[in-house]
Amino acid sequence: MDTIFSALVSILFHGLAFAMVLYIVSVGLSLTMGLMGFVNLAHGAFAMVGGYVAVTLMNSLAVPFGFALLAAFLLTGLISAILERTLYTRLYGAAELEQVLFTIGLIFMASAAMRKLFGPIALPVHLPAMLEGQLSLGFRTVPMYRAFLIGFGFILILALWLGIERTRFGARLRAAVDNRRMAESIGIDTSLLFTLTFALGSGLAALGGGLGADILAIYPGYATEYLVYFLMVVAVGGLGSIRGPFVAALLLGIGDNACKYLVPEFGAFFLYVAMIAVLMWRPNGLFGRV
Amino acid sequence: MRIRLLLPLLFAMTALSAQAQTVKIGVINTYSGPLAAAGDQMERGIKLWMKLHEKDLPPGVKVELIRRDDTGVNPEVAKRLAQELITRDHVNLLTGVIWTPNALAIAPLVTEAKVPFVIMNAGGSVITTKSPYIARVSFTLWQSNYALGAWAAKHGIKTAYTLVSDFAPGIDSEAAFTKSFTDGGGKIAGSARMPVTTPDYVPFMQRAKDAKPDAVFVFVPAAKEATGLMKAFGDLGLRDAGIKLIGPGDITTDEELPGMGDTALGTITMQHYSSYGQRPENKAFVAAYKEMFAPKDEPGFMVADSYDGMAALFHVITEQKGVIDPDKTMALLKGWTFASPRGPITIDADTRDIVQNEYLREVRKIDGQNRNVELETIPAVKDPWKEINKPK
Repeated sequence: MDTIFSALVSILFHGLAFAMVLYIVSVGLSLTMGLMGFVNLAHGAFAMVGGYVAVTLMNSLAVPFGFALLAAFLLTGLISAILERTLYTRLYGAAELEQVLFTIGLIFMASAAMRKLFGPIALPVHLPAMLEGQLSLGFRTVPMYRAFLIGFGFILILALWLGIERTRFGARLRAAVDNRRMAESIGIDTSLLFTLTFALGSGLAALGGGLGADILAIYPGYATEYLVYFLMVVAVGGLGSIRGPFVAALLLGIGDNACKYLVPEFGAFFLYVAMIAVLMWRPNGLFGRV
Repeated sequence: MRIRLLLPLLFAMTALSAQAQTVKIGVINTYSGPLAAAGDQMERGIKLWMKLHEKDLPPGVKVELIRRDDTGVNPEVAKRLAQELITRDHVNLLTGVIWTPNALAIAPLVTEAKVPFVIMNAGGSVITTKSPYIARVSFTLWQSNYALGAWAAKHGIKTAYTLVSDFAPGIDSEAAFTKSFTDGGGKIAGSARMPVTTPDYVPFMQRAKDAKPDAVFVFVPAAKEATGLMKAFGDLGLRDAGIKLIGPGDITTDEELPGMGDTALGTITMQHYSSYGQRPENKAFVAAYKEMFAPKDEPGFMVADSYDGMAALFHVITEQKGVIDPDKTMALLKGWTFASPRGPITIDADTRDIVQNEYLREVRKIDGQNRNVELETIPAVKDPWKEINKPK
């Protein structure tokens, strides 16, 4: 009994850490899809670029983890803002198929570029000494890195929630999501707002890529392989919300791990069954507004 | 239009009359897509051989490599590429192929067209039985895992938990290990099959840990899957609980080992190649590799295998002075021996499959770098699957 309990605690804990990485990467996708109605499949590519920036800064230039993450956030945010202004903006009114084709093209280009620059092998991740080793919780020890991910995830969701619910920027964003034309007619510059949100979303993805590099390996296939997870989190959570993807990431991350642990033969299907079940029940996702 | 089509033909004819003998080799490899890291290894082995040995061809004989990209585990694509290479490019020889399903799709074509096909990687035992024109220079998963199971049973491992990726190579590995391990008196404490790409191996590792075995036997595809698995093993503290991690060399390939960190230390694997192998042939090979690519790069087993594949092809080309006869080629391949970087290798005359040494290795830190250190040699191992399933 004791071992089962301890194993379950371990599964919950690791699943939670995995869920946090999923959440940090996906929340930006939920925002941009909800706000702009743009199907940005290349979101994972921004996470990948962020991962490459952060890990390379740490490995080659010995930049501390925190600064490397900040650099990944800012640099990727900047790149995405430039892409948004020059490319994405042309397709805002376009059909979904065109958006999908365009962003898939971006994924291929990003993957090929990373392969050319960094080679095909996953980047080795050397965590700072502080995050290596185990953290003692009294009754058991857990890996420090995963504990850090969980803590960081909670702080981030709190910060995002405050930012969206309590700031002027957040109020405008919510207004634009609810009714873009009305928001424009009362003088909100939605175009600028879109660019900022897009940059923020991509920056968060980059942050997630860097933070999660020790779980979701940074390699040129990143943007395609994990895309399905990010999309599922957004689909289950619902577009345009902060807590939707959070609940979805928790459900999928922990559920996936627990199911693989309890019934390994069936484990790989849990994610898909859960997604289908949620979408049958609520086609717009758990917290979808539309 | 006609004339344009005729021109290359004319050139080809003049080339022939000038007595230059060009041997066309079709190379089917994975150059793009998420699995291209493996293709890169194979390509490097081919390039290294060409750089070192192109000059050794008989006078007047040239080799032309025609590369095609199968983009991953895609039997239909591989088959179409092989067909094009045979019918349109008129290749004399075919080689490459990382994935077993791709090799199986090509097999009927090479039988029909009588094009000798040298497999540089794909490790499914059954492949060489599918065509008399197939020879393999790489390995079978039965070779390493069967040897490992027998070794484990003799060396204090009484119970093992098996964790393998749920696809043909994983299932082969599980079957081979289980057979020799239980034949030797070992007991399987439990087993699970995992999705081929799994972002987090924690739940499976936790299951293995709960069963409290002496060792966890693992097969996952090389590269980042192996790294992810290693992390879960370390994170859950299995080593501290006295559980050993064992498996085929795929889980600690030389090119990935630097990225795995110290969690990999102590992992026991069985395989045919380690870049840290102390044979003089290997030292020269590794030195040439580092000079050609990057000093920090280590050649993995796939580099050694494709390098040896080129050696086999050059052998048949040289012996026939560039005029390739399919049946003569196969006769030359049967029983061919070579002092490879991995040790002496032979192509078995009966099965056309590789016979080679298997090495028991442990990951140890040597001069600050984690290496696969060879501890024991099991000489001249034939594919056990063919020995067990011999046609009666």
